[in-house]
Amino acid sequence: MRNRPWLYLAPALILLITFTYVPVANMLYYSFHTWDGLDVTMDPAGFGNYIRVFTDEQYWRVFLVSGYYLVASFAQIAIALYFAVVLSFNVRFKNLFKGILFFPYLLNGVAVGFVFLYLFQPDGTLDTMLRAIGLGEHTQYWLGNPDIANFSLAGTSVWRFTGLNFVLFLGAIQSIPGEIYEAAEIDGANRWHQFRHIIAPGIRRIISLSFILAISGSLAVFEIPFIMTGGANGTRTFVVQAYQTAFQFRQIGLASAMAVVLLLIVLVLTWVQRRILPDDEVTLT
Amino acid sequence: MRTLARSAKYASLVIASLVVLIPLVVVLFAALKTHAEYNATGPLTPPRNWLNFDNFATAWTAGNMLRGFWNTTVILVISLSGTVAIGTLAAYAISRFAFRLKRLVLGLFLVAALVPGVTTQVATFQIVKSMGLVNTQWSAIVLFLGTDIVSIYIFIQFMQSIPLSLDQAAMIDGAGRFTIYRRIILPLMKPAIATVVIIKGIAIYNEFYIPFLYMRSPDLNVISTALFRFKGPYGAQWETIAACTMIVLLPTVLIFLLLQRFIYNGITAGATK
Repeated sequence: MRNRPWLYLAPALILLITFTYVPVANMLYYSFHTWDGLDVTMDPAGFGNYIRVFTDEQYWRVFLVSGYYLVASFAQIAIALYFAVVLSFNVRFKNLFKGILFFPYLLNGVAVGFVFLYLFQPDGTLDTMLRAIGLGEHTQYWLGNPDIANFSLAGTSVWRFTGLNFVLFLGAIQSIPGEIYEAAEIDGANRWHQFRHIIAPGIRRIISLSFILAISGSLAVFEIPFIMTGGANGTRTFVVQAYQTAFQFRQIGLASAMAVVLLLIVLVLTWVQRRILPDDEVTLT
Repeated sequence: MRTLARSAKYASLVIASLVVLIPLVVVLFAALKTHAEYNATGPLTPPRNWLNFDNFATAWTAGNMLRGFWNTTVILVISLSGTVAIGTLAAYAISRFAFRLKRLVLGLFLVAALVPGVTTQVATFQIVKSMGLVNTQWSAIVLFLGTDIVSIYIFIQFMQSIPLSLDQAAMIDGAGRFTIYRRIILPLMKPAIATVVIIKGIAIYNEFYIPFLYMRSPDLNVISTALFRFKGPYGAQWETIAACTMIVLLPTVLIFLLLQRFIYNGITAGATK
């Protein structure tokens, strides 16, 4: 009878330990070794793998690529915030606009990749539209030119994920009681005052959370570059690089070192977030 | 001034809607064109015959999409039932029992929620391989079951809002712990279960990395990987790729139209945990 709760917990705990904690522990161990994933023995490598991650350009370059996605996600937060504020007031066809802005987030990543491959291909939709409005000389190899490819991919990422930020912000704004706006209006506050003094403080937490998620999210970008360019033309992100290192070049040790670095960055960011935003503010969202 | 601001507001909404919709609509156009028509017309030209579904038929058979949908459905049904069963049981233990190490267990779940699944795949792959599950559907199923912490959170939170007096009343009537879980708690959990099924269902339907990595055999294709396979061999036949893309997107559009309200609530509940 004593051990009853453990019976209920066992399936969840066993899965949790097998597929989260054991891999993390193994990953740490692999990261200090050289291993191809098949050999029975691994050779100790000390900090060699970590040194390579930070000194070999092929590996540290991926951090720079994350920069594109990071900047893009700030734009994404701004766009989402604008539309969340607009749609929190009286607007005709509110639900239609809300639905349209949100639903790219639900779409299959491979399908989104193909939709944008089609959009960006030479003489594709984007080029045709630019010509139609007289900007024909600005057509580019949107995905083929290494100077531009990352902008195109980051733009695709904004298209795909803005809806999530938007719905989270809208939800937070709508959880502010309506009477507060009414009282403010009676006191003569205009829309800007309402935004500045009612909406902004009310959604501060979800916005800070979005910034933290934007940083860890931009390091973990995988699907869009992998599907659209396969990491070619300088678009290799951290996870694409780790995938290729581990599963194409079979350098499990090196790939593990990359993953450990990424994991540490995410953990530090979360710790910072917890320090800035204590949990007792949770009630707002 | 007022009208100017109003028009600017509506203009921005319309532009944003066009930016969302045009990339999708042009793919639909391409999917409805014949090969000759596709080569002869620009991407913004609507198809001549709106009922030309030939490309859909080609994509459906060439991509073996029936198998893709079937595999996806099998994985969805088993993973979702498993998640609900395992998650509610764990939540029941945590919210209804007092036991030593409870804080430790909660902490384990909490920290695990911070580990992005995509980073640990290097090591997870070796574990799944040593279990002999690579290239079986079970690899995806155990991973969807095993890396799901958000659902357990949603269950715990919801369960804590169910009054303990219900349990106590049942206990006085002589009900055992499991009967209380099965007969009283589980039926009351329906809204939380619906939330989890929706957000997790969409995530599994869209998942690409796990099936791509673990289920390389074409017989095990789910819809994501089936679509991805079009990339090489059909490079010159965009109208077929476009049709297959539409086949993959259509179920999501239908589900969204039918379940809008639940989806908004579910996404908000899942993302802010």
